[in-house]
Formats: sequence, structure tokens, C-alpha cells
Amino acid sequence: MTLALRVLRPGMLTTVQDLGRPEAQHYGVPVGGAMDRFALIAANRLVSNPIGAAALELTAGGCAFELLAALMVAITGAELNITLDGEPLPTWTTIFARSGQSLELTERSQPWGARAYLAIAGGLDVPEMLGSRSTSLAGTFGGVEGRPLRAGDLLAVDMPRVDVLREAGRTWPAQARPPYSQLPTLRILPGPHSDLFDSATVAALLARAWQISSQSNRMGYRLEGGSLPNPPTSSIPSHGVVPGAIQIPPDGGPILLTADAQTTGGYPIIGVVVGADLPLAAQLLPGDQLRFDLTTVTEAVAAWKALKAWEATPLGDNGIVGLLAWAAALDLPLVD
Amino acid sequence: MERDSTTPPAWRFRPMGEAAVLLEGQPALLANRYVVALTAALEERVIPGIEALVPGVSSLLVRFDPLTVDASEVEVALGKLLDHMEPPAPAQARVVTIPVRYGGACGPDLEAVAELTGLSVREVVAEHCRAVYHVLTVGFAPGFPYIGPLGTALTIPRRQTPRAAVAPGSVALAAGLTGIYPAQLPGGWHLIGRTPVRLFNPANTPPAFLMPGDRVRFEPLADGITP
Repeated sequence: MTLALRVLRPGMLTTVQDLGRPEAQHYGVPVGGAMDRFALIAANRLVSNPIGAAALELTAGGCAFELLAALMVAITGAELNITLDGEPLPTWTTIFARSGQSLELTERSQPWGARAYLAIAGGLDVPEMLGSRSTSLAGTFGGVEGRPLRAGDLLAVDMPRVDVLREAGRTWPAQARPPYSQLPTLRILPGPHSDLFDSATVAALLARAWQISSQSNRMGYRLEGGSLPNPPTSSIPSHGVVPGAIQIPPDGGPILLTADAQTTGGYPIIGVVVGADLPLAAQLLPGDQLRFDLTTVTEAVAAWKALKAWEATPLGDNGIVGLLAWAAALDLPLVD
Repeated sequence: MERDSTTPPAWRFRPMGEAAVLLEGQPALLANRYVVALTAALEERVIPGIEALVPGVSSLLVRFDPLTVDASEVEVALGKLLDHMEPPAPAQARVVTIPVRYGGACGPDLEAVAELTGLSVREVVAEHCRAVYHVLTVGFAPGFPYIGPLGTALTIPRRQTPRAAVAPGSVALAAGLTGIYPAQLPGGWHLIGRTPVRLFNPANTPPAFLMPGDRVRFEPLADGITP
């Protein structure tokens, strides 16, 4: 175990996340884990970690860290402005950083982007609980004491490695990323309670752009843009739900459930966002907009398969060229 | 929950995206016994591709890998398991006694519940402590047990206005069920008392103190309202 980072500024919400704990749902524990699982996996692969290693999820920037060791890091997901000792750094790229340097992530550099993932070679060393290292804010366990990071927190890595130096500078291909955008269209499948909704209600859901309300968090997004006509008023027994489900409460204002959604719910579900489009939803902040479009199971499975193929995209190393370029850029001695 | 019928529940599959199906049964309390048994059977992992199970009161959400199996294959496999399932015997469950301090600051809604039900506060406590209940499912929040069914005397709807923060350990009732808030949570149930029992500890196996199939009895603590 080696100390890796000191938190100087934690930003709005920074938590330790991995791929969550799907098997703990029957204890009432939300699946949790990264909101944008694709970006988490990409960050881990860029630093040659197992895809489900623990990393930091940063929300909307405003963060600063002091590095306490020489580290390989990668930052994916939201396009934030990032600097290392004041020098701009690329996202979706493997970076070698030295002890004592300061890493800052400020605001969006693109019109979209909410959550960035900072992975460190070796993976964050926090205790595994119920099969995951992710922070359960509802259960106040996992990650760092079950809470968001604070200024002064120290984070360690299991096994820091800089032997992957040859990999420095390699970049995740842009064509192997989800089509993140300012106004994404999320594909949905009809939900379990389609029989409770009439066609006018479904048409109204698909007709307009919905705005993420300020009452949104990792549990779900409340969507603003008007109430749907004829919301069902019948009550249904609480049942298991999934991230991506769109609940329609009696006031007709849709709620899109996300990673930390409670395990069971009793509001009728009009549709479910396909798994391949959840990363697009994860990159939206309150005030951003989204649209819905109906799709088919065949298309949803094909899209999931394509996403899995992107996750496995081959990453070369830059060899001696990349190494020399990075050594020069960082003024790095090639031999200690 | 008596074993009063050999007719199995009526089942229905509902879609939940490309990677999950929701199995729902009627009538609810009979279906609950099957759901508990089916969940136990599926934990043996007899169906490849199944990734997670989320039991509800009368339903089971099954999440699967859509690149390994599809919904119709999962439905056929679950259907076969249900076809061969004997009506689950009344569970040889452990009975857990939950001590409760009723009323006062611990149960701020006890008087309102008495008013709604037409009982005195002592009668509400006596009624709540009278039966041995079943844990029907755990959901909503880590370790939150849905316990029931309550008798008709205590069956009242949820509060009109939910509270933003309910104290940990609060014993509550609504819609024919009783439950216990394991942590400070928002909640719309009527709060009648509080228990010192810790309902969720992620370091324990299982982390939830109460699990489906357990039976529960409530016992009044002497320094609260007693029957």
C-alpha cells in the first residue's frame, strides 16, 4: 500500500466507485458503482488495471489533488479542463505524473460532461465490502467511510506501478467511445407497466426534450418539461427496479432512475433506457436536456454488444517514441 | 399466510429493459412464499447468465446478461422451476423479537394512528404486538424489512406528506405492512415507536438483520407506551 493522493479540493461530489454490488440488491443495497461504467472501464484499461478496479468519480470538476507518489493515471468521461502543475493535460490518455505535482480538474471544456473518472495504476486501496469498493451513500459504507471525499483525505493505491511507462501517452480512440452529446437521445424499451399508459402519454414522453432538474442526484434524475397527460393513479406493489427505468409518479413528472436508485419502487414504469445509452445519461448535469426514442430489444442487445466491443478496444503502447515524447514533455529523467 | 390452498399463484412476466424480467404473482401473500423459495433455488445458479435477483413482496426481478441469454430463455427456465415447485411449506423460520419503545418522541405518529384507526394508543400497541408476522421482503434501503400482513385494524394509508428525514430505528406502518427504518431516510409511513436493534451492518453476513422468511414479533419496552 502506497499513499497516492491528497485531496486539496473535493469539488461538488467526489466518491470512490467501481462496478458496484449487483448481488447485494436483495439486502436492499443499491447496485451503485460508477454512473458512467464505460468511462470507468476505459480509465482502468488505460492504466492496465482490472476493469472493475476502484477509481474516483468526480462530478462537474472543481477538484484538486496533490500527488504523493510517481503514478500512472488516466482521466476519462466528462471533458473537463485538466492541468498538471498548471500544464494542460489530455483526457482519455495514459499519463505519467510525479510525486509532488498538483492535478486540477476544473469546469467543462465541452458543452456536455458531468462525471470524470480518475484511475490510478494499481487501483485505489479501500476496503471491499459486500463485493465492492464503491461508496454506498445510502448505506454510508464503502469507499472512504461511506461518504464523499473531503479536503485533506488521503488515498492509497494497492500496488503503484510505473513499469507501464511505455504506455504513457496512449489514447483511447475517439471512435470507440459512446456518442456523448449535449442533447442525447436515449433509446427506451416499453416498461413493465405499459398496460397502464395510453398512447397519448407515451407520445408526450417521446415528443419533447426533458431538462434535468436541480432535484437530481446519483439515485435518479427528476425531469422537467411539463407533466405527462393521464398518469396512472393505480398503486402497484413495490417491486425490484433497474437503473434506466423511467418512473411516472401521480404528478406525471418522469423520474429516470440511475446507479444509486433504491432497489425497489412502487411507481409505474413507462419505459427502460437501454444499457448502452446509460453512459450518455450519466454525462448530464441539472439544466442539461435529453430526449427519448423507442427502440426494440434486438437493437438494444446489438447496441450493448457494440458498447462491450468498444470497452475491449485494443490499446497499443507508444513504444520508445511515446516514451521519449513524454519524458521530454515532463522533463523526466529516463533513468533514476 | 396460512397454507389454505393448493392452487399455485397466477404468474406473469413483465419486461424490464433488455437485461431483466419481472415475475409477478397473485395473490400477493401466497406469491410471497413462492418468491422466497424461488429466490433460494435460483441462488444455486441453475440458470447461466443470471446476474442478480431482487425479490419484492409478490415479485422477483431477475437481471441477466443479454449476450448470454434472452428474456424468453430466462422465462422458460423460471417457468420450469415454478412448475416443479411444491407449495412451500410454512417456513420453519426463526422468530425474532424486536423490542420497541412506543409513542412519545420515539413514535410521533402513534396518536394520529390511534385517531385514524379508532383505537386507543394502548390498543394500537397491543394490536401491533399481538401477531407473529412474516418478513415479506427487504428493499427500499439497505436492510429495510417489509413485515406483515397487519390485521385490518391497523391497515391505514401512507401519510399525506412524507417526512424528509425519519430517525434510524423508527418502527412504522402503512398500507397493511409494518417496517423499520435502518438509517436516517425520507419516509411516508406512520412512526409509532423506535427500536435499538441495528438492522444493517455491511460487515455482517448477511448484512441485513432480517431477511425474507424470518418471522417477527414486536415487544413493548417498559419505558414507552405499553398495552
